[in-house]
Amino acid sequence: MKKQVPLTITFIVGVVLILSVFFPPVETWGEDFSLFFDIIAVFAFFLGGGNLIRVHTERIAKKKKDWGFSIITILGFLIMLAAGLFKLWNPGDISADVAATGSLFQLLYDWMFNPLGATMYSLLAFYVASASYRAFRAKNRDATILLIAAFIILLGRTPLGMYATGWIPESFSVLQIPNLAIWVMTSPNLAGQRAIMIGIALGVVAMSLRLILGVERTYLGMDID
Amino acid sequence: MTNIGLIISFLVIGVGLLWLFILALKGREVDRRIIFIFIGLAVSVPLLFRISFSEKATPIVRDVFYKIENLPEGSNILLSYDYGPSMAPEVEPMSNAFLRHALAKNHKVFIMCLWATGQSLIATAIDSIIKREFPEKINGVDYINIGFKAGGQGVLNVIITDFRKMYLTDVDGVNLDSVPIFKGIKSLKDMDLLISIGGGFPGVKEWILFAGAPGNIPTAGGSAAVAAPLLYPYYPKQMVGLLGGIKGAAEYESELKKVYPQFANMPTPGIAMMGPQTLAHLVVMAFIVIGNIAFFVNRRRKP
Repeated sequence: MKKQVPLTITFIVGVVLILSVFFPPVETWGEDFSLFFDIIAVFAFFLGGGNLIRVHTERIAKKKKDWGFSIITILGFLIMLAAGLFKLWNPGDISADVAATGSLFQLLYDWMFNPLGATMYSLLAFYVASASYRAFRAKNRDATILLIAAFIILLGRTPLGMYATGWIPESFSVLQIPNLAIWVMTSPNLAGQRAIMIGIALGVVAMSLRLILGVERTYLGMDID
Repeated sequence: MTNIGLIISFLVIGVGLLWLFILALKGREVDRRIIFIFIGLAVSVPLLFRISFSEKATPIVRDVFYKIENLPEGSNILLSYDYGPSMAPEVEPMSNAFLRHALAKNHKVFIMCLWATGQSLIATAIDSIIKREFPEKINGVDYINIGFKAGGQGVLNVIITDFRKMYLTDVDGVNLDSVPIFKGIKSLKDMDLLISIGGGFPGVKEWILFAGAPGNIPTAGGSAAVAAPLLYPYYPKQMVGLLGGIKGAAEYESELKKVYPQFANMPTPGIAMMGPQTLAHLVVMAFIVIGNIAFFVNRRRKP
């Protein structure tokens, strides 16, 4: 029973969603199933929140390494949750926008979450530079091609590319670095991306069929049989 | 004084790189902390001394611009803020430019997000752009914020046939049937242009796959630079155009300023950030050259 029920649900949902694309009478069923999916997706927030609390309370209880950060995580989570759920300091009533100007939720978002998120992302610039220094070495022919493409893109994504090669006559404008950068993106990059995408799409079709037919069962948390 | 500071900064960076170049000729590798210092300088100097460059829109950016420009006044444009604070510095200049352009052209703007973190960013955009720069625009008539719904591409699967199956009200709890902007709007198919701004999942790609292509609705995008190469296969058939990274935003801002004189004094964070990006790219390239010199010198020394 533990196996048969989820397998049956997967089979029915999969078959209906495929049929809804090709047969108009079944189209509304496909929409309804998408709606069910959206409703189920909301529960992921409960699951995520619950998991966060469980993991971090355990860390605090066992005084694991850096358990002090877990206190900050839980406090941050609970304060933000309360600010959003009860619409604290919100100028409107309970039906007002959770992100209304002046609300505690929006204040915390603007003055804490926003700068913290941007700071984390900006650290990438430093790590990308360090990684480029170490990785872009002309060790062989393939690496050299990659290196040249990287230089073209790096220059092409700045106005310097045009300043450096703007003097090239219009009849040879393809050699101007910004145009070369566009060529790299729209020819070799595009060809490679399409090949990867088609490969992924075929893989998704195969995996979907395995799921629908019950061959693939790892999502049930158990191996085959 | 500014010029003196600028010259000193460039001298420090230039002399520093030259010193590292000489060390590389001796086969010495550079410590990553030195790279961090140089990147820090390369980013902060142009911000402190406000170095910016003129931009010219590339075809992929111009296509989006003139798609919005050539739509008849009062067309329906949907903007989806599919990003969070971490990505905002890179893609927010795009969403702000799209918003300004659409409102200046008197289009009707429908704003939503597939990321929970997007709702607060929409509220900020409405306060800082619409209410400040377009005070005559009325909520529910000229624009509307319908906010976030969970489900990612599942949301698109539903609203492509019926908005009201997913959204009954706007973010302020006002019934969609009672707002003038939603009169005659049943689904995404009633939109004249879909624009997703993001760089993660769900984002521009999902808008193309689950809304634009199946509904035959023109779709454009604004994406973080790292995700932009993944979207090129959809241009120009499934995707009208794309703004890739800060460069795309800067190009769009320059086109906006060129076509709309009223935006001559508008904030242009995209153009402003091109200074740090240009210098940072130069420093990265210098370090790649230095790294390769050190690599070849060391390889030659090995027996």
